[in-house]
Amino acid sequence: MEITKQSQMIRNIPTRLLKNKIFTLLFLLATLTGLLVLAILLFRIFSQGIGYINWDFLTSFASRRPSDAGIKAAIYGTIWMMGVTAPIAFTLGVGTALYLEEYASKNIFTKIIQMNISNLAGVPSIVFGLLGLTLFVRGLGLDRSVLAGGLTMALLILPIIVVASQEAIRAVPKELKEASFGMGATKWQTIRRVVLPVAIPGILTGNILALSRAIGETAPLIMIGALTYIAFVPENLMSQFTVMPIQIFNWTGRPQEEFQYVAAAGIIVLLGMLLIMNSVAVLIRNKFQKRY
Amino acid sequence: MEMNREKSVSELIAQNHSKRSLLKFTENAVPKFLLVCAVVSILTTIGIVFTLLFETFTFFKTVSFIEFITSKEWHPMHSNPNFGILPLVTGTLLVTAIAITVAIPIGLGAAIYLSEYASEKMRKVIKPVLEVLAGVPTIVYGFFALTFVTPMLRQVVPDLSIYNALSPGIVVGIMIIPMIASLSEDAMSSVPNSIRQGAYALGATKLEVAIKVVLPAALSGVIASFVLAMSRAIGETMIVTVAGGANPTTAIDVTSAIQTMTAYIVQVSLGDATYGSTVYYSIYAVGMTLFVFTLVMNVLAFFISRKFREEY
Repeated sequence: MEITKQSQMIRNIPTRLLKNKIFTLLFLLATLTGLLVLAILLFRIFSQGIGYINWDFLTSFASRRPSDAGIKAAIYGTIWMMGVTAPIAFTLGVGTALYLEEYASKNIFTKIIQMNISNLAGVPSIVFGLLGLTLFVRGLGLDRSVLAGGLTMALLILPIIVVASQEAIRAVPKELKEASFGMGATKWQTIRRVVLPVAIPGILTGNILALSRAIGETAPLIMIGALTYIAFVPENLMSQFTVMPIQIFNWTGRPQEEFQYVAAAGIIVLLGMLLIMNSVAVLIRNKFQKRY
Repeated sequence: MEMNREKSVSELIAQNHSKRSLLKFTENAVPKFLLVCAVVSILTTIGIVFTLLFETFTFFKTVSFIEFITSKEWHPMHSNPNFGILPLVTGTLLVTAIAITVAIPIGLGAAIYLSEYASEKMRKVIKPVLEVLAGVPTIVYGFFALTFVTPMLRQVVPDLSIYNALSPGIVVGIMIIPMIASLSEDAMSSVPNSIRQGAYALGATKLEVAIKVVLPAALSGVIASFVLAMSRAIGETMIVTVAGGANPTTAIDVTSAIQTMTAYIVQVSLGDATYGSTVYYSIYAVGMTLFVFTLVMNVLAFFISRKFREEY
């Protein structure tokens, strides 16, 4: 007795093959859709904004007239904020990762920290803005300062840095550590002289990528009150400030159509900065990542 | 000139002793410092929860909780204000629904292509480029939605208003494509090859292997990626603020302006809501609702990917 009807199966084969071909094409199309949208987006923004990019745009303050508007205050504000965010997020993030990977014993407390970190990564950025507003702006009385913004951003990118650093530290071969212990080195000596040097390219890459996320964030800084119209450069940590995404947001919302082009020009500067940071990250990863 | 004499044994012992006590001190202090770093992340969560709870509680002193969850009107600025969260939730879910409708077929298609069809070389090129799409700042997407997608859609749908749910919905969908593609691809790539080969040996086509064998085996990871992407769409702020408008409504109409929970919070922060006013506290109540929504989704995704994972 036949288990399958051979004649029926043979009849089905052409349809199955045709289906296979059609879907191969559909899957390829789906993949290309994302790339296509990216291409359109970049093309649109560059064709709109490139004409507005010149030295004056980079060195002028915001203005009510589109032709005079510039992005200087926002560039300085972004750099100032990064100056606060980067060291704090780096210290806390790498510290947490080292604790979890090297020191923590496997108990409930460690598990809670680990789950908490992955959970924090999923909290919407605007909720971090609410935290920053309550804790830093009002609670600690930092007002709408660079410091308040930088601290809020540091907390926002902390989970990304912890996860990336943990991966880098975990990838350090056990043999290296054991050799170090075998030579009589203590735990911290081993971490400082063996684990960290090997893991640092991965850690730096993760940090730079996290910072580039922070540079593009808008919502939390609107919450803590980074201003949209500022005609000065921050002078100290307590200065008011604006950042590039907020400046772009402000230009996007203006009724005059010409401001759209100014916004596009601002986006080009922002994307340029992100491109540089990401290239550095890739460079570090490729250049210094040794394989053991 | 200093005397060039050998150090006496007792001096060496003393030197070693101080060195060792310093060493001991660092060995003890370092883990404590690192623990403090780790505790900051816990404190952040506690800070978020307490901030939201505390200020939301203050909000419910003036507005009844029942009104908040049942009223269909959200008019916080009126002289006779209404605080019903439903319009904001409707707006948020509407945008999320559009986004997920766009992102699931495209993201899943891309994931299947990358994991089952593409060569190693192609995957190495396409995956990072897709991830660039995830790295574009959301304000850029907002600008794109308002100045490109909306005008383009208006040529097809003439009665589409300038601010609407459709355009930001589509763009949020584009933003979450890489998330679905990348996480689903990871799940499908981890399905062992022996299973694929078993199916091929039975005469299955590549499509049949992908859809009937690999996809079901990776289903928990794939569904978890959908849920995470939804959670991301719910929390997305700038795209809906720029292109969605500020018109809280329970009407499900993709062509007219809406307001999401996130967009409302931004609107209040941009205006000068007096510190301590009911409007000021309302952003915490909305933020709390948003936090609960995303938390539930994230926890759900965690359990889906853990509970229904097939072990090989």
